[in-house]
Amino acid sequence: MQKRMSLKDILIANAVPITFFILTFLAVLVAKIPILFLLSEIVRRLSRNTFLVLALIIPVVAGLGLNFAIVLGAMAAQAALFFVVDWGITGLSGILLAIVISSVISIFLGWIAGKTLNRAKGREMITSMILGFFANGVYQLIFLFFVGSLIPFKKTDFLLPQGVGLRNTVDLFGIVDGALNDLLTLNIGFITIYIVPLIFVVGLCVFLTFLLKTKLGQDFKAVGQDMHIARTAGIDVDKTRIIAVILSTVFASIGQVIYLQDIGTINTYNSHEQIGLFSIAALLVGGASVKKANIWNAILGVILFHALFVVAPSAGNRLFGQPQIGEFFREFIAYAVIAFALAMHGWRSRKGK
Amino acid sequence: MSRLLEMRNINKFYYGNQVLKDVTITLDEGEILGLVGENGAGKSTLMNILFGMPVIHSTGGFGGEIVFKGERVNIDSPMKAMELGIGMVHQEFMLLPGFTVTENIKLNREITKPNFLSMVFGKRLELLDMEPMREEARKALDTIGMHSIDEMHLVAGLPVAHKQFVEIAREIDKRSLKLLVLDEPTAVLTESEAEILLNVVRLLSQKGISIIFISHRLHEVLEVAHKIVILRDGAVVGEGPKEKFTLFEIAEKMVGRKVENLELPPRKVPLDENKIIMSIKDLHVHMPGEEVKGFSIDIREGEILGIGGLAGQGKLGVANGIFGMYPATGKVTYMGKEYQLNSPLFALKNGIVYVSEDRRGVGLLLDESVEMNIVATAIQAFGMFTKRFLGFTIYDRKAIREHALRMIKELDIRCKGPAQPVRRLSGGNQQKVCLARAFTLNPKVLFVSEPTRGIDVGAKKLVLDYLVKLNREHGITIVLTSSELAELKSICDRIAIVCEGKLAAVLPPTASDVEFGLAMAGELEEVKAHG
Ligand SMILES: Nc1ncnc2c1ncn2[C@@H]1O[C@H](COP(=O)(O)OP(=O)(O)O)[C@@H](O)[C@H]1O
Ligand SMILES: [Mg+2]
Repeated sequence: MQKRMSLKDILIANAVPITFFILTFLAVLVAKIPILFLLSEIVRRLSRNTFLVLALIIPVVAGLGLNFAIVLGAMAAQAALFFVVDWGITGLSGILLAIVISSVISIFLGWIAGKTLNRAKGREMITSMILGFFANGVYQLIFLFFVGSLIPFKKTDFLLPQGVGLRNTVDLFGIVDGALNDLLTLNIGFITIYIVPLIFVVGLCVFLTFLLKTKLGQDFKAVGQDMHIARTAGIDVDKTRIIAVILSTVFASIGQVIYLQDIGTINTYNSHEQIGLFSIAALLVGGASVKKANIWNAILGVILFHALFVVAPSAGNRLFGQPQIGEFFREFIAYAVIAFALAMHGWRSRKGK
Repeated sequence: MSRLLEMRNINKFYYGNQVLKDVTITLDEGEILGLVGENGAGKSTLMNILFGMPVIHSTGGFGGEIVFKGERVNIDSPMKAMELGIGMVHQEFMLLPGFTVTENIKLNREITKPNFLSMVFGKRLELLDMEPMREEARKALDTIGMHSIDEMHLVAGLPVAHKQFVEIAREIDKRSLKLLVLDEPTAVLTESEAEILLNVVRLLSQKGISIIFISHRLHEVLEVAHKIVILRDGAVVGEGPKEKFTLFEIAEKMVGRKVENLELPPRKVPLDENKIIMSIKDLHVHMPGEEVKGFSIDIREGEILGIGGLAGQGKLGVANGIFGMYPATGKVTYMGKEYQLNSPLFALKNGIVYVSEDRRGVGLLLDESVEMNIVATAIQAFGMFTKRFLGFTIYDRKAIREHALRMIKELDIRCKGPAQPVRRLSGGNQQKVCLARAFTLNPKVLFVSEPTRGIDVGAKKLVLDYLVKLNREHGITIVLTSSELAELKSICDRIAIVCEGKLAAVLPPTASDVEFGLAMAGELEEVKAHG
């Protein structure tokens, strides 16, 4: 019964990655960026961003759609890092401590998020988005008003002049900056490969592949296809969905630690928001949809999306004589991709009724 | 044989409506119970209670008790029912399209093997062991004689009949299975497929598994069941060993004497027996499960003609054939001219409109708004509600809105407004939207099939009243097909009974239930002369 896919079907199914490939290709031509530079940037971003993007896969499989609530995990990671900075724990131990603390916070946040999303079945994406906004409010409250007043913070350099609230940027230099990256590097000519973060990424890929072949993974898939049928078969749907959200949040927090140690500074009130947006956009660019995502979508998405990111400013400069246009273009592209994917989702589910 | 199940004094309310009244059924080991009743009699609800479906417990639970193998049990979830050894093939499919046949058969009963992580984090991290899962699925399929179903095929591409058998395979794969409920399993099957299914049912019964078999096709029930329970309006109106019943008795009991003769408004012009608007001769319609095999009738202008009969006998095929939903042959004249079969567009253009029994399937655009549903066909077929703007044809939003609001008021469609998606409406209100759409098309002849299926009593009356109004005030000829005899009797001028794809009799609404019962069973010899 299964029909062979025609070339047209394949093209339509992969319209987004193909469009992005062409776009990036053209931008590379216009920008005249040296290929080796582009390659080294992509490799670096693969080790920096992929973990975060992978964190999105399980909720998609479990039918929760794009989990905008990964920003909760990112916030947890930042909170953990602030305290690591404050306590002055440097190097690998600082990183490991940050991972442990942020994972614990994320389990709790993921549990709350999962509970909330269970009450909003069918509207998970918008709910997770709103959860993100809400959590952001709480986060700002804590780090703008409580730190330095209710919550003691010794490193006054990082506080605002009045002594209350964190500054806009918190520098990780000399503390955990590059703590994972520098453990093991491989230089191939001009390109530097940070091995350890890549091992993390590969490890997560292996784990996800494994997970989807377990009983729990099968339950994710069943719940993702039809909650009613899964429930009738005796699967604890709510619990399964909560586990999916917790896993996603924890992975996001670890991903954010990896990301920040690479970047080296935390944009206190911004990093997490941006990462949520860009990770989702990257996954979609890689050909994932609201209902389907795998590790290859994540990897391909990071490559294509970030390649465009790297070349966009130069391309903007060449075309319009202004790098800002390229800068603006990034953000625009990220939002456009997400809007497009959501519209496609609406259109498909309407057509498929 | 020892007693397996007793459901005692079961009562169930849905939102204040009592849908089960003191129902008691018993079942022995290996016994086949045929559960029959009209649509909405409460069969599925009774079975949902037995299976602990969430819909029961989220609507206030039920009254009465269930005794299984001599013990009082509290079945509050499907899991609980399964643990007891109760399996159910639901009326609607319960298969995951993206999984293979094996994965579906083994759903939530997967065979797994431990690994390092599962030892630390628990059984849910054990890996699926596909090979034995596959073997067991194969065995279950073979047990019911389904050698031709590939156990590694995706369910999404399977024909409906195979899906039905996969569901049965899933249930019998549960080794502890003691009782299997089959809720209208043959509704989607062709005659020969149904025959295979009946054999499977007998086979399972011989293995000692008790079966509750629900069907509309009474002859099937008589063929396979050991004993029969008849439900009507939520109450048991007849039960006993099958030898006690004839087909006709069951039909009569099912329908009951609930004829309330509504005072119908008078006609402005009396009906003229000789004014024939459509004459159907030797109609054959190839509609699986509702085959029409040589049906003939003359439809009089301005009448309400009822078409009744048992499920599967072809009554639904007539309207579907005339409107071109299924391939049809025969000689039909319409207003003195030859009528072109197999063309819905021809039908529409000539003022013949059809409201399908499958309102969720072919009737409605579920995600579209109420107003778009009302006008969609009129826009497509006649270009109504459009206007020219800068050389383009565009929707006339204002006219659409006005018309929709008028219809909503007239039919009392309970919705939040004309822009609400139809999916959220209740069955009764969806049906009203279908009727509003039909009326929008200015029909001369309106074919309506099962307009009150699955809708509540209040809405039923409104729908019937509206049909009468269309008939009396707008002079629309109506052909009403329904499984509910009472409904036909309440508004029709004449009722044609279809049996085995042919016209069995044309009866006046005042005929007795006995006559109708006989006609439905194909045993009322004399077709009334004025037919
Ligand atoms: N989920 C529900 N909510 C409200 N009413 C329901 C629900 N399910 C069934 N009903 C009503 O209960 C009655 C019995 O329905 P059902 O058990 O499905 O009948 P059957 O299976 O015999 O056709 C019908 O009047 C139906 O409208
Ligand atoms: Mg039913």
